[in-house]
Amino acid sequence: MVRLALRELRRRPGRFAAAGLILFLLSVLVMFLTGLAAGLNANTDGVLTTQRADRVVYSAVAEDQLAQSLVTADVRAAVEGVDGVAATGSLAIQQLGARLPDRDDRDLVDVVVAGFELPIEGADAPPVPGTGLADATLRERGVRTGTTVALGPARTPIEVVGYVDRAGFQGQGSLWVGPTTLTDLVAANAPGDARPPGAAQAVVVDVADGADPAGVAAAVDEATGSTSTLTTDEAAAAVPDIGGGVIQQIIGLTLVIAVAVTALFFALLTAERVGLYGVLKAIGARTRTLLAGVVAQAAVLAAIGAGLAVAAALAFDAAVPPDAVPFELTARSVVLTLAVLLGAAIAGAGLSVRRVARIDPARAIGAST
Amino acid sequence: MTPALDMTAVTKRYEVGGTTITAVDDAHLEVAPGEILALIGPSGSGKTTLCSLAGGILTPTEGRVAVAGTDISDFGPRRLTDFRRESIGFVFQSVNLVPFLTARENLLVVDELGRRDRRRARQRADRLLADLSLADRAANLPARLSGGQRQRVAIGRALMNEPDLVLLDEPTSALDSTLGEQVMELVRRQMKERSTAAIVVTHDERVVRFADRTLHVSDGHLTAGRNVPSSV
Repeated sequence: MVRLALRELRRRPGRFAAAGLILFLLSVLVMFLTGLAAGLNANTDGVLTTQRADRVVYSAVAEDQLAQSLVTADVRAAVEGVDGVAATGSLAIQQLGARLPDRDDRDLVDVVVAGFELPIEGADAPPVPGTGLADATLRERGVRTGTTVALGPARTPIEVVGYVDRAGFQGQGSLWVGPTTLTDLVAANAPGDARPPGAAQAVVVDVADGADPAGVAAAVDEATGSTSTLTTDEAAAAVPDIGGGVIQQIIGLTLVIAVAVTALFFALLTAERVGLYGVLKAIGARTRTLLAGVVAQAAVLAAIGAGLAVAAALAFDAAVPPDAVPFELTARSVVLTLAVLLGAAIAGAGLSVRRVARIDPARAIGAST
Repeated sequence: MTPALDMTAVTKRYEVGGTTITAVDDAHLEVAPGEILALIGPSGSGKTTLCSLAGGILTPTEGRVAVAGTDISDFGPRRLTDFRRESIGFVFQSVNLVPFLTARENLLVVDELGRRDRRRARQRADRLLADLSLADRAANLPARLSGGQRQRVAIGRALMNEPDLVLLDEPTSALDSTLGEQVMELVRRQMKERSTAAIVVTHDERVVRFADRTLHVSDGHLTAGRNVPSSV
């Protein structure tokens, strides 16, 4: 019966064109919104998601916000003394205006300078003092290896010696430096923000092999009495949203519309096919066999629509400079979106089950029941 | 010999707007293998309901229905569906071929609905199409077939599952008299060659001469008719 349904799709494509087009347009919308949400997230929480460490320790009063946290040297020492802590590293950020080569002196670019000690994605160790690693946003603005960026009012020079990906913070590009470089930068350009010696905004923790990370996190908070220890995902989720949440809601609404459109289309198609289904039931087709055909048609329509939408989104991703639109497509998000769209279409078609089940084969032969 | 159809004291009642209608009342009917029975009667007399009971589309309110020795009176919907697929052939009044399938594929649909034996089904479909003089139309969609050709395809589909009983509902109503006679000659020849029993539901008195036996249905009651003339 599935073969029969697929044959109908092949031989009567016009019959399915309207539903196919709508599913394609909805898929395009979902793909673009997914890419946009991922792009915004990458620019929002990259400072945290790029961490390789197991846990992030904030001061408890910071309400899980990196910018509001301060972990003193004493607290860090207490963290290091907890059983199961293999290594700790400071993490701190400072927002500064950057002057980039080939740009007007008054054309400042907001940059988050992040000071780190433990390895992050793309860098096993901090760069030497006076140098930094640029994220994708700065690279797209023309910053290359060897470029010197002038930071802050003091125009402190930092030479770019490499790159990190997906490392923006709250919509700004980032420059990754060692802790000493960050301390010097803050002292020269924002002395009011200077932290006490040995203090950082957060401490990242590597948990020893075999130790339970959740148990270690609890032990850290108990030992210090003044910290909140989170996973990097939890810390990233706590970063204030700059639009991703709204986009997720729009994606959810679009998926509901996809279910409704598919359900309505196949409900109409089923109403039109009552006679044919009655005949097929009379000659021995089971309800589930007929339904399998309906679902197969919905799945193929959705797969074609979503496949074309993925192609369109990939073309968009390749054609538009990332600094123009925050847009990011990963294999995971593409596969997930395809699966969700397919599931939505199948769910929509599946809603015809009652209608198909109620078709009486006696009608095919004109008998009363 | 086991009858192709054996209906004993079959009654079918149903409710319409709070009123109980008796569509078939205490019907007794036996059809032998290879026998062609014509059921004639006015609209609403119960002949189609009787046919549906014989084919396992409806279940009787009272009485027993056995097809080729299998009592189907107490079968549930799923078992009846399977039974129809395996043992009954249907030719419907308005033909009802699958419009997007070729003539050959319309025959093969029967195989696709059940336990599949593609090779055997293809061979049988080709043989039936040849028997029905449709070999050169096998690849045509129904829209590109004449009314008579479409009815022949429907007859082929009804024979695909090698049924014990074929039910034909007004098979000539959409055809002119010449085509109608050709189709009935074909039905008679095919049933006799295969020793398959058939019940033809009709208004058309001209169909009667192609049947071995005729029964009249009136207000749900069966009454005997006349036997087929020896000339057919």
